[in-house]
Amino acid sequence: MLKAVVVAATVLVTASCSLATEQPRPGNAQTVTLVTHDSFAVRKELLDEFQKNSGITVEVRKSGDAGALTNQLVLTKANPIGDIAFGVDSTFASRALNENVFQPYQSPDANKRYQLDDTNRLTAVDIGDVCVNVHTTGLKGVPEPTTFEDLADPKYKDMLVVESPATSSPGLAFLLGTILHFGADGWQDYWTRLKANGVKVVSGWEEAYNQEFSGTGKGTRPLVVSYASSPAATPDTKALLETCYRQIEYAGVLQGAKNPEGARKVLDFLISQQFQAEVPDQMYVYPVREGVALPEAWQKAAPMPTDTEATLPAQEVDRNRENWVNQWRSLVQG
Amino acid sequence: MRIGNLAIRKLTVRFGSLTAVDDVDLDIGNGEVVALLGPSGCGKSTLLRAVAGLEPQAEGTVRRGDEDLARMPVHKRGVGLVFQDGQLFPHRDVAGNIRFGLRMHKINDPGRVDELLDLVGLSGYQRRKVTELSGGEQQRVALARALAPRPGLLLLDEPLSALDRALREQLALDLARMLRKAGTSALVVTHDHDEAFTLADRVALMREGRIVQTGTAEEVWRHPIDEPTATFLGCGLILDARIIGGTARFDLGDVHLPWAPEGTHKIGLRPHALVADPDGPLQGEVSGRVHRRDHVRLLVKLEHREVDAVATIADAPEPGHPVRLRLDPDGFALVGPRERLSVF
Amino acid sequence: MALVPLGFLTLFFAWPVVAIVGLGARAAMLDTLASSDTWQLVGFTLGQAAASTVVAIAAGMPLAFLLARCKLPGRGLVQAIVLVPFVLPAVVVGLAFRGLMPDGGVWSIILANAFFNVAVVARTVGGLWANTDRRAEDAARALGASRLRAFTAVTLPALTPAIGSAAAVVFLFCSTSFGVVLILGGAEYRTLETEIYLRTVQLFDLPGAAALSILQLAAVVAALVIGAVARKRRQAALKLRGRQETARRPVGGEWVVVGIAYGVLVLLLTPIVSLVSQSSVEGFRALSGTGHDNSLEVTGLRAAMNSLSTATDATVLALILGVLSSIALMRLGRSAELVDVAMMLPLGVSAVTVGFGYLITLDALPGDLRTSPLLVPLAQAIVVTPLIIRILLPVLRSIDDRLRQAAGTLGASPLRVWLEVDLPLAGRSLVTAAAFGYVVALGEFGATSFLARPDAPTLPIAIGRLISRPGELNTQMAYAACTLLMVVTIAVAVLIERFRTTVEEF
Repeated sequence: MLKAVVVAATVLVTASCSLATEQPRPGNAQTVTLVTHDSFAVRKELLDEFQKNSGITVEVRKSGDAGALTNQLVLTKANPIGDIAFGVDSTFASRALNENVFQPYQSPDANKRYQLDDTNRLTAVDIGDVCVNVHTTGLKGVPEPTTFEDLADPKYKDMLVVESPATSSPGLAFLLGTILHFGADGWQDYWTRLKANGVKVVSGWEEAYNQEFSGTGKGTRPLVVSYASSPAATPDTKALLETCYRQIEYAGVLQGAKNPEGARKVLDFLISQQFQAEVPDQMYVYPVREGVALPEAWQKAAPMPTDTEATLPAQEVDRNRENWVNQWRSLVQG
Repeated sequence: MRIGNLAIRKLTVRFGSLTAVDDVDLDIGNGEVVALLGPSGCGKSTLLRAVAGLEPQAEGTVRRGDEDLARMPVHKRGVGLVFQDGQLFPHRDVAGNIRFGLRMHKINDPGRVDELLDLVGLSGYQRRKVTELSGGEQQRVALARALAPRPGLLLLDEPLSALDRALREQLALDLARMLRKAGTSALVVTHDHDEAFTLADRVALMREGRIVQTGTAEEVWRHPIDEPTATFLGCGLILDARIIGGTARFDLGDVHLPWAPEGTHKIGLRPHALVADPDGPLQGEVSGRVHRRDHVRLLVKLEHREVDAVATIADAPEPGHPVRLRLDPDGFALVGPRERLSVF
Repeated sequence: MALVPLGFLTLFFAWPVVAIVGLGARAAMLDTLASSDTWQLVGFTLGQAAASTVVAIAAGMPLAFLLARCKLPGRGLVQAIVLVPFVLPAVVVGLAFRGLMPDGGVWSIILANAFFNVAVVARTVGGLWANTDRRAEDAARALGASRLRAFTAVTLPALTPAIGSAAAVVFLFCSTSFGVVLILGGAEYRTLETEIYLRTVQLFDLPGAAALSILQLAAVVAALVIGAVARKRRQAALKLRGRQETARRPVGGEWVVVGIAYGVLVLLLTPIVSLVSQSSVEGFRALSGTGHDNSLEVTGLRAAMNSLSTATDATVLALILGVLSSIALMRLGRSAELVDVAMMLPLGVSAVTVGFGYLITLDALPGDLRTSPLLVPLAQAIVVTPLIIRILLPVLRSIDDRLRQAAGTLGASPLRVWLEVDLPLAGRSLVTAAAFGYVVALGEFGATSFLARPDAPTLPIAIGRLISRPGELNTQMAYAACTLLMVVTIAVAVLIERFRTTVEEF
């Protein structure tokens, strides 16, 4: 008896501890759960204003990177963990579409230029370009490289650090960029030359950018695969715009959403003028909406890459990704 | 204090195919001390643990007055238990150990600890750490701890066998006095008959899971129920004898046993049944000798057999020397079921 | 009594894992199992885990001796320092080792894994060592044995259960270590754990991941069974005594061991110091904010508070589960080893597998736990419980059962017996276990990163996030947060040390 009381009391204590830290959750139908990746960010005041005007409470649930997010959506499609998802990128889009995770919705503000197909299930929200970044003062007199070919030039021996496409999303984008540039039969040869030129492969962006890259003060390598937007935050660096690979991030209303009406409004919000204007500072990506000005610092340090076609068709990526990564592994690590 | 005679009936404990305690009946009167005596492995400790409720496999009944203990969990049986090696709580001091049972039973008796320490002869030990006590002191504390909540029955499992000999004998005497003074019924398990006879009012002899004989020390000593019991109680030699008019006549001669009934019996000879004596009637040759504390134990070749005998330390002959022996009636026991012994 | 922990384990571990593995159980699994690449992966995983375990034990034993047997000033501090590595998020330790050993390769993986786990060895073995009667050793010495001989002939066998126990835990931790291998192994060295993550999260190759999960599970079970067999019946009844009587100033050759222990301590401190030296005043100041361009949704301090409350919940829950399991394990006969192995399994299964398993199962429970903040302490408790059992069980088993029986006959009900005998005698170990569990929950990264809500990140999650976003301020803040985590750990360890001595003198 005493035992039961002790156990019950402890369970109560436990429960109260956790519940105390939880914010009260509105139970009304006007809650929309936004499932997204870890990099999602929005200025609080902006979100508050939207919530006030629309009467919708947005609950943000982040889970992993774009890949993890997509896979979670696929796994839970029978009973989705939210109403709307943002963050499925061009690499994973066709998987999500094939698995029927999203329902159609065409927002009046959608930029048709980035439309994937005519089913209107995914709406482009932002553009993130992955490019080689150079630490301009770390080159020690060598002229800045500009193209993919330059990177294999012995002038830049032991200067480049990249992320593994197997474990890193920018790493995969860079690999796809080389495949786009050199073709399905030419990229292997290029990587062989990169390897001979002393390319260093690490597992993730954090390590490449914060540990190996000389631009952040710690590392020794002045060339790193990062984002076109990175120079906005790191002085004396710039992106090599000819080495970029474009990744577009999409949002969509989930199939089986409990509040599809509200979800559509949230999607409209994501491509609204105000939200788009803050996308660079909040998430280090470029807005998809036409006519949205970039912040001043960006215009100088990180202008948007102009090659809008620098991307492979989603279907092709989905079909070949595993095969390409495996080839790359045996080529570079074998 | 819970009072009432303890009645054990048909108590059986099995471990798999082994029957450790087999259909045992035993009574312990109010305030009586009973010793459970037997060779190691005979099941006596198991029997004691079954009475305490520590053997879940036990069958049968254990009644105290109107209570059926067998259905009670250990902590409600109101028994005290003293192990061979104290098993004092190492994280409590002496007083804390003794007070334990009082706390469990919510007994508020501030003088009890001092009273018990007086009883066991350790006055002033209240604050001592139990890990710093000697073995004998630990056993005294263990006894005090077991007695503190005034149990209806005290169970002592080889309480003295972890101690050295001198201490054991002294403590046996003390323990006997303490048990009498506390007035608690007690069941003492031991393999040492001296200890059993010192402590107990009555002795129950156990062999292979069964109680083969119960009686007072004298009864058991003089009338072991069968040959194995006689052997266990120190009779090295068992012979046929014919008793006529209080005199037993057998192979080695005649001996006066006024307490023995008429008829043909087996008699058991303990070593001191044969005593070295220059005027003794028996003639033999010493084949071995061992010094004991207050006598010498001899192995003597007597015609066609070897027998045990004793001699005083002063005149014990060397091996190889001749020796004369006489019979001492005190060293004789009569073997056989009690029913045949008309004296009783 | 075993039902509560087993039920919990079934609900929050077995079911999700079976569900996610079942989802991938297709013919394609066989391709993965047949590939030689897979078997190399298994070989490397087990090899590095075994090597790390050996290193951790070699380094942990002198520390255990120092903590258990030596009366030297600064003991509390040593105890605290040993614990620190355990709470550091893997991603941070990985970076620190990368900085210290730029071309370390396999060795840096082994050393980093050992670095994490020295605490397990020092505390598990030290716990039993402190409670072991010194007289047996003295007896051997008196019989002419040298100190070393007395150690190998008397002390070591007595400590074997704790060493076996610690080795099993360390092996599991190392064979499933994720962040360290990912960062230090670069793209070159992979283990089952990183490959499962890769296949599940990136490639969505569920059959491949399921095949690897099954292999991982098999390897873990094999290791556990071997450990259990080795431990079996060696947890003999030891004479337990309080620490005051077993610790003394080291003499003679013992100073050599003490010297080695301090050497290990210096080695442990190296990565820690390198981390602390990278935190700056700006970084600490930034903790009250949300980082460069609001990288975090809450302030660093808020994340720290979340960490504390989540770890408290997880520890309380794990203590309940761990204590119940330990009691049940002690009482169970033959099936005890089985339950023991079952309780250890969560240490050997990828957090990714469990996390994805939650996604497809927990919506069936009332209240859709998939998105509940309660999930974090629940998951952490599952990781912490086996540790508590490991620490508690050897000590509980070494309490003479007759002591409990004596208490029983004196009128103590089974619960009272536990409270009056087991609890005080195992109290030190229980406090150790709680402290350890708390610290592990504090630093837990794998499962938490899957389950923590972004508006309630724990400190390690915040650190992981800060370090993955550009901006010098974020990096500084991350290192400052690491330092904060270490300070909290040391504070907890020192506090518990205080609390412990007062508890013991009652």
